[in-house]
Amino acid sequence: MAVTAKNLCKDEFFYGHKACAGCGGSLAVRNALKVLGKNAVAVLPAGCMSAVGFNFPQLCFANNAIISTFAGTSSMLTGIEAGFRRRGITDFTAVGFAGDGGTADIGIQALSGAIDRNDNIIYICYDNEAYMNTGIQKSGLTPFGAKTTTTPAGENIRGNIRPKKNMFEIVAAHDISYAATATVGYMTDFLNKIEMLHIPEKIFMRLHLLLLFLMMVLLMRTLSLKMRKTASKR
Amino acid sequence: MAKKFLSGDEAFAEGIRLVRPEVISAYPITPQTIVVERLSEMVEDKSLDSEFIHVESEHSALSCAMGASAAGVRAFTATSSQGLLYMAECLYYASGGRFPIVMMNANRSTALPWNIYGDQRDSLSQLDSGWIQAYAENAQESLDLALMSYYIAEKREVSTPFMVNLDGFILTHTYEEVDIPTQDQADIFLPKYETDNKLDLDNPKNMAFSAGPEHNYIFKYKEHIGMKNAVSVIGEAEKKFSEIFGRKYSGLIDTYKTEDADYIIITLGSIAGLCRETADKLRKNGNRAGVLRIRYMRPFPAKEITEIVKNAKSVAVLEKDISFGNEGTVFTNVNSALHTEKINVPSYNFIGGLGGRNISASDIEHIYSAMEKGTEKVNFIGIEVEE
Ligand SMILES: Cc1ncc(C[n+]2csc(CCOP(=O)(O)OP(=O)(O)O)c2C)c(N)n1
Ligand code: SF4
Ligand SMILES: [Mg+2]
Repeated sequence: MAVTAKNLCKDEFFYGHKACAGCGGSLAVRNALKVLGKNAVAVLPAGCMSAVGFNFPQLCFANNAIISTFAGTSSMLTGIEAGFRRRGITDFTAVGFAGDGGTADIGIQALSGAIDRNDNIIYICYDNEAYMNTGIQKSGLTPFGAKTTTTPAGENIRGNIRPKKNMFEIVAAHDISYAATATVGYMTDFLNKIEMLHIPEKIFMRLHLLLLFLMMVLLMRTLSLKMRKTASKR
Repeated sequence: MAKKFLSGDEAFAEGIRLVRPEVISAYPITPQTIVVERLSEMVEDKSLDSEFIHVESEHSALSCAMGASAAGVRAFTATSSQGLLYMAECLYYASGGRFPIVMMNANRSTALPWNIYGDQRDSLSQLDSGWIQAYAENAQESLDLALMSYYIAEKREVSTPFMVNLDGFILTHTYEEVDIPTQDQADIFLPKYETDNKLDLDNPKNMAFSAGPEHNYIFKYKEHIGMKNAVSVIGEAEKKFSEIFGRKYSGLIDTYKTEDADYIIITLGSIAGLCRETADKLRKNGNRAGVLRIRYMRPFPAKEITEIVKNAKSVAVLEKDISFGNEGTVFTNVNSALHTEKINVPSYNFIGGLGGRNISASDIEHIYSAMEKGTEKVNFIGIEVEE
């Protein structure tokens, strides 16, 4: 059954955090967890979502969740997946939520390694098109022409002069089982793509492939215009 | 028990087979590579039932081991030199997260210049990363430390990761006869890993979080206490070990003819054997020479060292390390202990073996004679220093 606003799980798994009002990233994490359910084990690297959600003693995940190193989302997911499996636990979902910087830049090596190993993990990149947690610096997914604090638009530097890395094609070139893009602007589509990931038989019945991977380019620019400047910097 | 002719690396891998970690994630680097190769073979021939994860870097090796540890299972990794430095961020992360991971580090020089041979600058540069640090002297001790490290690291009051250091090539690649315990003995010594510092579906946790100035300090203090608690747990582990396996170890330090010694060399790792031989030779000429081998750099044996050297005429710290612009780091640690315990024994530093340069018996004889005559505070073995 398709996930819709009507049948979406009423439980909350990500709340009480200090993301900016209207934050697209936190909306994605919140709703993805509603689809993945209470047995989702979430890994979040340094970045906005971990900065707003894990400030001891105010810890904002109702499911299991852990911060990884900035570069280490995928490798930590691998370890968690292997560890749970060794404990004989099968009804869990290891899921990563990393920013564009944590995915396309510093975390790309570990991500590539995890895809190469065909690990049974879900990886969701929330792409807000810059290093937001540190105050809007250019990442590999900052679009052409964008003004950031490290690509000022002036007489000599004219904003970011490079196009976004084509992260979807980079991932697809690994011969991955499943990759998709989505945006929280089209919530039903987003939720149903997460649902596809969650119940692999839906897509992979005939192929017998169990690897899951979601590359989600969230077109969030219009949603996060009010950039958070005051949240904690790490 | 069986006897086998093994290199240090192989002996360590045999130890890990007995430990049975659930997850092994490691990346190859000389002179550690043999460990990961042997472990892969053991997984292949099913004599070891572990997940061997082919990570793409050392950073991922330790990050993956942390994931496994957070999932509640026993994890192992191994590295050396550039690899250790590459994973440095994760070293602090693992100790802060109180993940009792064990890592074997093959002590190797750090670039530049590139060099694959042994010195101890790699691990000594990470003394502050919150890991227990042990230094093995021979292949047997390497195997035994593989077993003991998990016992110590996993003790609840310790909950601290453990780095076992083996001198690159001199120990990792040198063959010795090694006594291999049976799996039954190993299982009696090392129980299955149980922890509540884990992600749990029935009792969900948020782990590896942020803590502001108010709380952060307390977490760090607790980390310090965990490391301090290792001291008595090391003793407990060695006692149990000797009861089961019959081999005795002497805690944070190991001493040789120090009871009446006037001149004591303090060192760590495989060079201690040559120091003992030299001490014996000098003793034949009536020279009262002794050797103190540091087995654990963290927790640091300040009291143990000062207790041994307090009646000596002088001590020399021989180390394969330098903290540029200062002196050898082991020397700094020893001096701090002498000062803290108010022991007024002159101390000298002898730096050598960097990049694997040989330290000969005559170099060590020279150290003993220099200690007697008095010399510079910091001395470089085999380098003529122009005045
Ligand atoms: C190794 C390392 N380098 C740098 C940082 C600082 N840092 C923390 S979050 C961040 C930016 C994160 O950007 P992104 O992944 O796009 O996530 P966002 O904050 O935009 O959600 C940076 C540079 C860090 N924590 N670790
Ligand atoms: S800066 Fe952007 S991603 Fe970060 S909390 Fe605010 S809206 Fe969300
Ligand atoms: Mg971003």
